[in-house]
Amino acid sequence: MPASSSRTDRSARLTRWLVTLPPALFLVVFFLIPALIMAAASFREPGEFGGLAPLAERGFSLDAYRFVLDDVIYAWILAKSFAVAGLTTLLCLVLAYPLAVLIVRSPKRRRDLLVLLVILPFASNFLIRIYAWMIILGPLDLLYSPVAVIVGMVYVHLPFMILPLYTNLEKHDPALLEAAQDLGAGGWARFWCVTWPLSLPGVLSGSALVFIPVLGMFAVPELLGGTGDLLIGNLIKEQFLDNRDWPLGAALSLLLTLAVLAVAGLSSALTRNRGQM
Amino acid sequence: MKRGFWLWAAGLATYAFLYVPLAVVVLFSFNDSELNASWVGFTTRWYGKLLGDADLLQAAANSLLIAIVSSTIATVLGTMAGIALHRWRPPLLPFLVLTPVAMPEILLGVSLLLFFRQVLDLTLGLFSILAAHITFSLGFVAIIVRARLAGMDESIFEAARDLGATPWRTFTRVTFPLIVPGIVAGFLMSFTLSIDDFVITFFVAGVGVTTLPLQIYSLIKVAVTPEVNAISTLLMALTLTLIALALRFAPETLRKSA
Repeated sequence: MPASSSRTDRSARLTRWLVTLPPALFLVVFFLIPALIMAAASFREPGEFGGLAPLAERGFSLDAYRFVLDDVIYAWILAKSFAVAGLTTLLCLVLAYPLAVLIVRSPKRRRDLLVLLVILPFASNFLIRIYAWMIILGPLDLLYSPVAVIVGMVYVHLPFMILPLYTNLEKHDPALLEAAQDLGAGGWARFWCVTWPLSLPGVLSGSALVFIPVLGMFAVPELLGGTGDLLIGNLIKEQFLDNRDWPLGAALSLLLTLAVLAVAGLSSALTRNRGQM
Repeated sequence: MKRGFWLWAAGLATYAFLYVPLAVVVLFSFNDSELNASWVGFTTRWYGKLLGDADLLQAAANSLLIAIVSSTIATVLGTMAGIALHRWRPPLLPFLVLTPVAMPEILLGVSLLLFFRQVLDLTLGLFSILAAHITFSLGFVAIIVRARLAGMDESIFEAARDLGATPWRTFTRVTFPLIVPGIVAGFLMSFTLSIDDFVITFFVAGVGVTTLPLQIYSLIKVAVTPEVNAISTLLMALTLTLIALALRFAPETLRKSA
């Protein structure tokens, strides 16, 4: 008996490794290692013809970071990226909230269809969704302007706000609103004192899902914006593909990573806080 | 009643905001004019022109090949990861699986570019695109498969064990048939992600191999043309078909993803 049970133990352990290891190894090689190399590359020197200079000759340096800190344009563009991400998130919230409430208040059998209608346009190619606004904004003389960038950003990310909001609102107990009404609360009071506070976890996760990708976006400013509307994503792209200063590109990517981690951390800390209240 | 009216008005306006731009693209794909400005007359000549564009057809064939291969491998690895996440909760695996899904695409793109060029000294092309696509699709499959497993009653696995089934037999006869809808949905999801991906492919494609989104990008960077409307319309039709299939095989993924 002990022999056979140790055999099943062994085979269970083997199965566990056989199932876990292949995807884990794949992701270590193609995600974790490249991420670590990126971090290391930001401390290297640029090569003469792009890429990185040989480690043996030039070693590690803080030049890329010094460069970023010395030129105020980088701080300015990072700040602008935050502003664009913030404004996009706010506009998405304003557009998404009424729609999410509308879907939740619809009869149950119609809700799935209404949610599907939110997802469908989002499933068409990302470039096509940007291109559609090139057609519309061109004749209005708004193409290649900051307005076009914001419109494009909102359009591309709106479903990321609607879906988490809807999932949250769907879970609210209607009895709470009835109780508020019985206690004499009007429409606005019911919204601000009951629905809104309860929906904050949905608002927060939707905001993180919009804010984070907008922060790193380069295609929307490149296609819809003018030369003055470039964001941190465009700078990174330029360093890797056009200027070929990879250490600078890696340093900017690391800054973007830190910004993303800060936003994600803030959002989950706020969500946890609300959970305790 | 008045409140209900404003809610409906706001909701309908948002739906219009979502659909009108795409409708404009489709409409102008049938417009008999070089300019996307006003309606001139009905034509299908832009679709005919597409069929004569060898670069575009090659790009479409590349996209299809990359999507089929990468989503097949991502589905196998992602299903394994989903099972492992649900069954054993290994440390670090959630981080490895979820981070590529959550981080801005540009970061994965440039770090893979650095890795392929600087470390492996690889010529960018089919291999680098495939590896990148598998990396970002794997997590989505794992999330869908894990959601499917989490929704199941653990006692059926216990029952199979009590009846003397080996772990392998339990997997092939019980677990696998139950998660098939999740696996199919995961495959369709990675297929769609792969065939649509622009940002990551843009960094790892190099000069040799081009995909449909890269081709569309180079077209719209130069000018707005009715030809792009025609490709866009065809792509939308393809995506709609895939979604219809996904809904048929695993209707609950709609609710899960929401």
